[in-house]
Amino acid sequence: MDYTTEATTFKSPPVTAPERPNYLNAGYTLRSWLLTLDHKRIAILYLISVSIFFALGSLFAMMVRLELLTPSGDLLQPDTYNRMFTMHGIIMVFFFLIPAIPAVLGNFLLPIMIGAKDLAFPKLNLASWYVYNLGGAFTLWALIHGGVDTGWTFYTPFSTTYSNTHVIAVALGVFINGFSTIFTGLNFIVTVHRMRAPGMTWFRLPLFIWSMYATSLIIVLGTPVIAITLLLVAAERLLHLGIFDPKLGGDPVLFQHLFWFYSHPAVYIMILPAMGVISELVAAFSRKRIFGYRIVAFASIAIAVLGFLVWGHHMFVSGQSIYAATVFSVLSMLVAIPSAVKVFNWTATLYEGSVSYETPMLYALGFIGLFTIGGLTGVMVATLGFDVHVHDTYFIVAHFHYVMVGGTIMAYLGGLHYWWPKMTGRLYNSFLSRISAMLVFVGFNLTFFPQFILGYLGMPRRYWAYPPEFQVLNVLSSAGASVLGLGFILPLCYFGYSLFKGRRSIDNPWGAVGLEWDTTSPPPTFNFDVIPVVTHGPYEYNPEQVHRVTHPEEAAVV
Amino acid sequence: MSKSLPFFPDAASSVAREVDLLFLSWAVISVFFTLLIAGAIIYFMVKFRRRHEDQVGEPERAALALEIAWSAIPLLICLAMFGWGTRVFFSMYRPPADAVEYWSVGKQWMWKFQHPEGQREINNLHVPVGQSIKLNLQSEDVIHSFYVPAFRVKQDAVPGRQTTVWFRATKPGVYHMFCTEYCGAEHSQMIGSVIVMEQGDYESWLAAGGNTAQPMTASGADLFQSLACSTCHRVQGDQRLAQAPNLVGIFGRQQKLSDGRTVIADESYIRESILNPQAKIVAGWQPLMPTFQGQVTEEQLSQLIAYVKSLSGDGGGAAGGGSNQAGDTAGGQTDAQTPQTAGPASES
Amino acid sequence: MSSVAADPHAVHAHAQHHPSLAHQFDNLDQQRESSTLGMWIFLVTEIMFFGGLFTAYVIYRSQFSAAFQAASHHLNVIMGGANTAVLILSSLTMAMAIWAAQVNRRKLIVVFLILTMLLGATFLGVKYFEYKEKFTHHLVPGPNFEFDGPDPQHAQIFFSLYFIMTGLHALHMIIGIGVLTWLAVLSWKGRFNSEYHNPLECAGLYWHFVDIVWIFLFPLLYLLGAHAH
Repeated sequence: MDYTTEATTFKSPPVTAPERPNYLNAGYTLRSWLLTLDHKRIAILYLISVSIFFALGSLFAMMVRLELLTPSGDLLQPDTYNRMFTMHGIIMVFFFLIPAIPAVLGNFLLPIMIGAKDLAFPKLNLASWYVYNLGGAFTLWALIHGGVDTGWTFYTPFSTTYSNTHVIAVALGVFINGFSTIFTGLNFIVTVHRMRAPGMTWFRLPLFIWSMYATSLIIVLGTPVIAITLLLVAAERLLHLGIFDPKLGGDPVLFQHLFWFYSHPAVYIMILPAMGVISELVAAFSRKRIFGYRIVAFASIAIAVLGFLVWGHHMFVSGQSIYAATVFSVLSMLVAIPSAVKVFNWTATLYEGSVSYETPMLYALGFIGLFTIGGLTGVMVATLGFDVHVHDTYFIVAHFHYVMVGGTIMAYLGGLHYWWPKMTGRLYNSFLSRISAMLVFVGFNLTFFPQFILGYLGMPRRYWAYPPEFQVLNVLSSAGASVLGLGFILPLCYFGYSLFKGRRSIDNPWGAVGLEWDTTSPPPTFNFDVIPVVTHGPYEYNPEQVHRVTHPEEAAVV
Repeated sequence: MSKSLPFFPDAASSVAREVDLLFLSWAVISVFFTLLIAGAIIYFMVKFRRRHEDQVGEPERAALALEIAWSAIPLLICLAMFGWGTRVFFSMYRPPADAVEYWSVGKQWMWKFQHPEGQREINNLHVPVGQSIKLNLQSEDVIHSFYVPAFRVKQDAVPGRQTTVWFRATKPGVYHMFCTEYCGAEHSQMIGSVIVMEQGDYESWLAAGGNTAQPMTASGADLFQSLACSTCHRVQGDQRLAQAPNLVGIFGRQQKLSDGRTVIADESYIRESILNPQAKIVAGWQPLMPTFQGQVTEEQLSQLIAYVKSLSGDGGGAAGGGSNQAGDTAGGQTDAQTPQTAGPASES
Repeated sequence: MSSVAADPHAVHAHAQHHPSLAHQFDNLDQQRESSTLGMWIFLVTEIMFFGGLFTAYVIYRSQFSAAFQAASHHLNVIMGGANTAVLILSSLTMAMAIWAAQVNRRKLIVVFLILTMLLGATFLGVKYFEYKEKFTHHLVPGPNFEFDGPDPQHAQIFFSLYFIMTGLHALHMIIGIGVLTWLAVLSWKGRFNSEYHNPLECAGLYWHFVDIVWIFLFPLLYLLGAHAH
């Protein structure tokens, strides 16, 4: 296929046209960015912060994979290795995966998609970014002073009594970061309830909004619990207030209950927004209403609710009662159903669609495949008799990376590629972006599929050295990681180029529908020149093909 | 153990085959659904590819039957697998009545084992093939997890409580033993081997091992004397001098507490009563007992518990001298004496 | 539906709009509803926050009930009871401050806010003396902890929970007093009236919530020994 000619199908406005007022040219000073109350600018600020933490987390992952090239740990000291995987986990989970889609794409799009001028609480939104960075600063401080080695799970009594690293600083960092997540979630809930444009009923909301709403519910209900739990860990370390330490009469398993009460729903904080993005991408690149819109919407809510009832499946071998384990197992089976339904509905949407293979769609289809594997292995590990064998092995590592990387990161990248022209008003290199999508997909599978086998063979996670018969699979995995890394670096290059030198995009380069495509690209400060009145559902491609061009001057170009 | 590139782990315990079968069934289901989705996506991508720039998709056709089908079928599969998985799980965590008790203490960063005959090992565990073995797990510091991939069993060792795991090895050989709960710097060095031997080999290993250690119950009995437990808990002699309940025959029985509640005298109750005697006082007795927190190690605790259990003629090795009369034990705790565990406890 | 499109830039140009109306809202009603909903959601997060502590409390209390009862006897029921009364009274004065805003009595708003703050400060003062008493009696968990009752180890857990729960509650009170100070200044400047007093309502919700947390803490911590068998 000749990509260069294909790229010309993107229409550019005439170069002589004066730049329309938009949120980017509303001010160029540093102050106009750092004190902005515009949700779109805050989204860009978040994009920068989140990308920095992603790079940092990837660096740690690289060290981990390099160390595991050889069976006898000979690159790093075991203490150093333990810090590497701990910091990788903490940074990726709390500072990248949880905020990535809500704080960047959600922040940018949620008000536009519902036809609002901004979020309900713009100052809180800005505060959330500062709080996020403050939490990040605590974590980085700990990192510079030697890091932390408890694993991202902070299990007691190791974290409260035995670890000699900066547990308190990192726990406080995560605690503070929790506020930023809560601010975002609270803001989204209120905005969706109170700020919808005239005519924007609940069942006219795009599925991305439904998923952001469900995510926000989990954030609001779950994050405070991890906050108090980490506070108790810090208090136990600092003041010897015994809650979890068995030497002080406490119960270390109580920590696990409190921790997973948040941290299992947190998995859905990471994956639900991704599902929302995929719904948007599949609809846009099939030019078709999402199959079973209401069912997909309610599936998000069902996942949010059921997600709170399954935390005990992380503790099947921790000594909890086998009857409790049985209940958690069957509930975990139930939470898989809404996810499965979504996968089937996305697939069915393609049927009789007008399917194109732009870069975002490649990510979306990759997501469906990888998430299917991640989800199916998820149900596998919810099966009691099977989980005992693979619990805390590389099978688990592979499973959650299929969900977190194959799911969340694929969707995040897909969303970024889809809304990039909306956010920046510019296009990126279509050929390179497809190459990078392929690299991510191939590299990802090469990295993590061998880990399923490693796990079933019995290789425990968080091992600095391992028996030599596991080496071949580990080398494969590390090789895959380098391909994956390349796939992540490439977008940095062509997005960076696009930002300054990229060709201008028309308002709606994909021919997609949705309020965000009705306004200009990039949108004006208050999102719409005229507040829209909504008269139909979100994916009405068929009866109204008129949607594709919104501005008279572009109509002239087209 | 094969050092070539393995794709499937050794299966050397009574549950291993069943776990493998569970896994393979799931693998088949997963591959089927993954191929189904991938196949559908690829087919639709080609068949319904955009043919001209302005083409839009056909209107959606409502298909409630389809939605119900693809909710119900996965649900039924999941529930069926749940039932099977739970059955396997229960068989993994309910030791058979004839299981012989071994003891293990995890600490940073080693596994200490003790055989019922008293033999001690570190990071190695020799067991006879075909014998059900119930391993009592304790931890001296942080949480560890005992894992033998070839047996497909795993159990956390949690400080402050006792957990158990059981297995029956089916194939002689040397198998990996890992710690699978992250426990600090040398976590990946907290590994060892389970050596499964033929019954005869095991006995000669025991005999050749220079086994100078006493059986668990005997060590427990010694401790019972040296810690002066026997001053108040008089297991023999004149009960009128006793300041505390006679422990003969109490194990596994319900005890009435001074605050009106009842408790089953199981391992965790005995453990709590040694470390924190005031927590649950048996009705009719004064709260006089001092705590032994910090004075006994996890291993000594195991020995004391084994001794108290032996006073009720219960498992874990030889019964205390002359105190074998109480035969009533709680369900699941009943334990027939196995030949190799017999040995008189010293009762000085 | 008719097309009632509003130009957002025009909104800012209009002089007739209330000075307290933020740019993202169409009118004061929408702003009030949003703030109130936001406040309620914030309170939900607070419930989950304290909920984690209450869970730990319930689990340990059922496991170590004797120790918890004995430890509870060492709390000062009189001081705790008096503090309960003080807090309930402060909720009343807080409600009165909102009423004063509704009837446009500017000075009365300030008076009631100051009364509320004084009652809050009284609570914290009493709490200070209670804490001090615990220090002198070696009831603070740590190496100096001394407890002559049964099961001192788990009594220590009781006191750990006591200090964390009441400490976090007191922290919420201090934050509340800070917020009320700021609102009192705004009230004095005449920012609030019957048309616009939503910040007062939200602060009131928060203050009542902190009050209710104490209503749960008091019987759970102080009155545990009162029905000992």
